[in-house]
Amino acid sequence: MNVKRERIEIVIAGLIIGVIASLLVYFGNPANMGFCIACFLRDTAGGLGLHRAAAVQYIRPEIIGLVLGSFGVALIKKEFSAKGGSAPVTRFVLGFFVMIGCLMFLGCPFRMILRLAGGDLNALLGLLGFVLGILAGVFFLKRGYSLKRTYAQSKLDGIIFPVIQVVVFILLVAAPAFIFFTEAGGGPGAKHAAIAISLIAGLIVGALAQRTRLCMVGGIRDVVLFREPKLLMGFGAILVSALICNLVLTAATGTSFFHLGFAEQPVAHTDGLWNCLGMLLVGFGCVLLGGCPLRQLVLSGEGNSDSAVTVLGLIVGAAFAHNFGLASSANGPTGAGKIAVIVGIVVVALIACLNTFKKK
Amino acid sequence: MKVIDARGLSCPEPVVLLRSVMESNEDAYQIIVDNHASRENTTRYAQHQGYQVAVAENGGEWTLTFTK
Repeated sequence: MNVKRERIEIVIAGLIIGVIASLLVYFGNPANMGFCIACFLRDTAGGLGLHRAAAVQYIRPEIIGLVLGSFGVALIKKEFSAKGGSAPVTRFVLGFFVMIGCLMFLGCPFRMILRLAGGDLNALLGLLGFVLGILAGVFFLKRGYSLKRTYAQSKLDGIIFPVIQVVVFILLVAAPAFIFFTEAGGGPGAKHAAIAISLIAGLIVGALAQRTRLCMVGGIRDVVLFREPKLLMGFGAILVSALICNLVLTAATGTSFFHLGFAEQPVAHTDGLWNCLGMLLVGFGCVLLGGCPLRQLVLSGEGNSDSAVTVLGLIVGAAFAHNFGLASSANGPTGAGKIAVIVGIVVVALIACLNTFKKK
Repeated sequence: MKVIDARGLSCPEPVVLLRSVMESNEDAYQIIVDNHASRENTTRYAQHQGYQVAVAENGGEWTLTFTK
């Protein structure tokens, strides 16, 4: 195995992904949200009517593309493998609370990078929490944390999740009356690139992430655990290329794609403590899951039903967050959201303890 | 030679196991994995530790032998 080649590949992939993310905003996605797995799963949950927050309802083709891009490449490369059975309900709960953390911060780890690339310094507090959460997870990993092994499943079990994406895509295009779409000017859900552009962007990023094993959590985790920088290099490449692309777009179009500071950032709030704690919950939960929300989507495309269950946990978490007023807004976090994040940190810590110290 | 059965485990667990076993600093280890990411990650880790890697594939499982 050629380590140098692997690193070059992930850096190139990261550079491409950063440009795509920046261009998606140019083509219509919300600012600093070319990609956001948490926000897009939340919007999709709204589009399917699982929550009724009118501002955030749209079936995001990027999500569909990510899963199908990974699925396609995994098939071609003969890496598709239906497997599962490693504590699926625990993973569902972890996914649920990871989403609660994401919607406290207003973004997944991927969007955290894109917020930084857009000059949103609130994301630095998020990054601090994210690193602290990962360190907490690594503490348990070093002491034997495990959700136990997976087992081979029927091929059908691995294919169902990609098939669901096709069905959801048909619902997006057919737009029957029971699917919800945020009305024009009604919020972030109304801001989106054309369906074909979003889908193609998702397919490309899904394929690249599958080949390179790109993972935002894995980047920091592997450096701490093994002094292995490969995944972190992908993380850094996305930041650099999205930043450069934002600056170029700002110069070329006269519209601001980069605004440095804390105040008045798009789809963000300035409560540093809760930005930090939200992402702490995300980092901690994702280390216990073995990967960030992006990686869970990619793995679900490879036939991993545990990751598919995790994504379902993320979706249900998003629905709960908006049905019960847990999600933050530009005005800041809600009281209920703060309680939910604290509960989430406690639950994730309990899951970590119980799967580390009481497993024999 | 110490043999680690990491089948069914997803990353980073196989590498964590390998790292802990390699603390004994022996000349050879073997690990069995059943997914591509684990194969790549354990190989990379062992190479960083100065081991040569030999791979034998058997129906979706890989037996990696690390020797110094």
